[in-house]
Amino acid sequence: MSQSFDVISSQLKKRHRRSARLKWISMSALGLAGLFLVLFFADMLGKGLPAFQQTYVQVELEYTEEASRMGRAAMDPEVARLVSRTFERLIPRMIRDNPDLLGTSETRWVLAKSEVDQYLKGHANKLRGNEPELVDELVEAGRVDLRFNTTFFSRGDSKMAESAGILAAAVGTVMTLLVTLAIAFPIGVMTAVYLEEFAPDNRLTQLIEININNLAAIPSILFGLLGLAIFINFFGVPRSSPLVGGMTLALMTLPVIIIATRTALRSVPDSIRHAAFGVGCSRWQVVRDHVLPLAMPGIMTGSIIGLAQAMGETAPLIIVGMVAFIPDVSPSFTQAATVLPAQIFTWAGEPERAFVEKTAGGILVLLAILIFLNASAVLLRKKFERRW
Amino acid sequence: MNRTIKSRAFKTTIVAAAVMGVVGVAQARDQIRIVGSSTVYPFASYVTEEFGAVTDYPTPVIESTGSGGGIRLFCNGVGEGTPDISNASRRIKSSELERCEENGVTDVTEVKIGSDGIVFAQSSSNEALDLSLEQLFLAVAAKVPQDGELVDNPYEKWSDIDASLPDRKISIYGPPSTSGTRDAFEELVMEAASGEMEEYGEDGYTDIRADGAYIDAGENDNLIVQRLSEDTEAFGIFGYSFLVENPDALIAASIDGVEAEPEAISAGDYPIARSLFFYVKNQHAEDVPPLYDYVEMFVTEEMIGEDGYLTDIGLIPLPEEERDATRQKVQERTGLQASDLN
Repeated sequence: MSQSFDVISSQLKKRHRRSARLKWISMSALGLAGLFLVLFFADMLGKGLPAFQQTYVQVELEYTEEASRMGRAAMDPEVARLVSRTFERLIPRMIRDNPDLLGTSETRWVLAKSEVDQYLKGHANKLRGNEPELVDELVEAGRVDLRFNTTFFSRGDSKMAESAGILAAAVGTVMTLLVTLAIAFPIGVMTAVYLEEFAPDNRLTQLIEININNLAAIPSILFGLLGLAIFINFFGVPRSSPLVGGMTLALMTLPVIIIATRTALRSVPDSIRHAAFGVGCSRWQVVRDHVLPLAMPGIMTGSIIGLAQAMGETAPLIIVGMVAFIPDVSPSFTQAATVLPAQIFTWAGEPERAFVEKTAGGILVLLAILIFLNASAVLLRKKFERRW
Repeated sequence: MNRTIKSRAFKTTIVAAAVMGVVGVAQARDQIRIVGSSTVYPFASYVTEEFGAVTDYPTPVIESTGSGGGIRLFCNGVGEGTPDISNASRRIKSSELERCEENGVTDVTEVKIGSDGIVFAQSSSNEALDLSLEQLFLAVAAKVPQDGELVDNPYEKWSDIDASLPDRKISIYGPPSTSGTRDAFEELVMEAASGEMEEYGEDGYTDIRADGAYIDAGENDNLIVQRLSEDTEAFGIFGYSFLVENPDALIAASIDGVEAEPEAISAGDYPIARSLFFYVKNQHAEDVPPLYDYVEMFVTEEMIGEDGYLTDIGLIPLPEEERDATRQKVQERTGLQASDLN
């Protein structure tokens, strides 16, 4: 207190300058992070939005005898060059399944091949000869049109970009996550309840605790190797199935759920437990009727974040065979399926240019789901959280 | 209270047992399982999709595991859990076939479907370039001969190798060592060129330089293509199908005066070309009914012929008599013998 007023005020100025500097540095860090995010989103939206539109072409179909052997024959040969092979190859089957069609004709909007689509979107394409003029003419006549891409949401993977969709991968993701949730949630919560409410604090439980924290930090690919060795090679779970994928991801999600649950349980004040014990509740009743319900929002939040993390995972699934070409929607938990990030990974490696927008489109869908999951985790916490 | 805990625990056990139980149920399989080369993958997946669409069988599952990884899985044995077909961007090795036989996989048919060229390409903003196999080797080898001795590769510019080449920094994006394309590049370029030079001795030399001139660009060939359009000085090494897809952005160097054209690759004139195969486990033909329907669809003229669908996406067709030989083999389900591999 012996310092003169001048000294103090000069120090004060310096200290204020420092805090202003700190503020600016942290603000620019935030700004930089924001900039990266905006650039990433802008890039993805720019590349991915066209994927939600697809070119269709109007054709007259004549179901002749010849068309029942070779689909192409049902169409005007000029226009047939613009039609996707995914439609053309189905014509013989349509006639076989419904013989009444034979001899009739109809006008229909069908998928155009991806080259036409890329041409209309102004991307590089491989249209040959007079095809560009032909497309222009048909656009003029209103017979070629860009429409909302329902195929993208109603079909599985395809080698032909125009009919490639995310349905099979989306269903696979849901099935895989159901398995993950069914395994990781009960085991994780029960483990946490035991460790937090019942276990004595000794060397063994400390060891277990350290190991759980360790597990949460292990690179995910190791869980894939574990899944291959134990689930596939030892237990004989079918390769590529949502079952084996879900079990592998459950291993990965378990530590996240255990840690989140323990934190949630710990945040329930002891006074609640003491009061319950005071009126004669058993430990089981205390946990079931008082501690768990109060901790539930925290547990749910942790589990949703754990699942969201598992959902974006590809590395362990490569090892158990889920990164594969699987166009059909998996009919059961034991049959081959793929997941969204794996689908994006597969598309990113395709040579055809048209897959660039599919890849970005897939990323947009995945991001939307992740934002939805994380937002619901935040909302749950906001709505049910109780402060003591 | 004790009973409640017990019944809960009991229920959990039942659920766990049910999950495991699903696993134990074996099922007759009508879904073909395919593993193997990432080079053959785009062609095979095209055929599987077609197969799934026009027949009543489910679409076969294809995993892209690389040629070596695929053959390893394929040769693990006979039975439901093992793949029915393995794709390969090279021929099966006799050591691999031996392992197959040891594990009971004794009846394998080899199906040759076409060829693939490996291109050495650059951004199309550059002048066309012709390289000899030797010049290409000197640009990527770790050690090169100088005055009769092997020294660390000193070449920094193409013009250092030969004054007729452009005055450009040597910078090459290529596949990593896990890739089949890299294997083929090492065999067809490195071994072939070093075999001509006595400094390297008998065995050939396949070490690629690690001083920054050769850049490992990962398994995704699209990344190499993208980088080439930004880094116009650089070259890239990748499969022919990526060249076909980007005719506006890339031009390939001709090797020993031969352009990377389908005819030259098919005829074997283009020096960096290889054949593509798949291997069928005949012992599965009965348990997996659609197996040979798929194989037969694959070898039709509609698929692998001159104007086939697969040529549209970059497969280089075999000459006609070889295609007929392939179909003959499929018809007779000829078994592969160790003596065929030499």
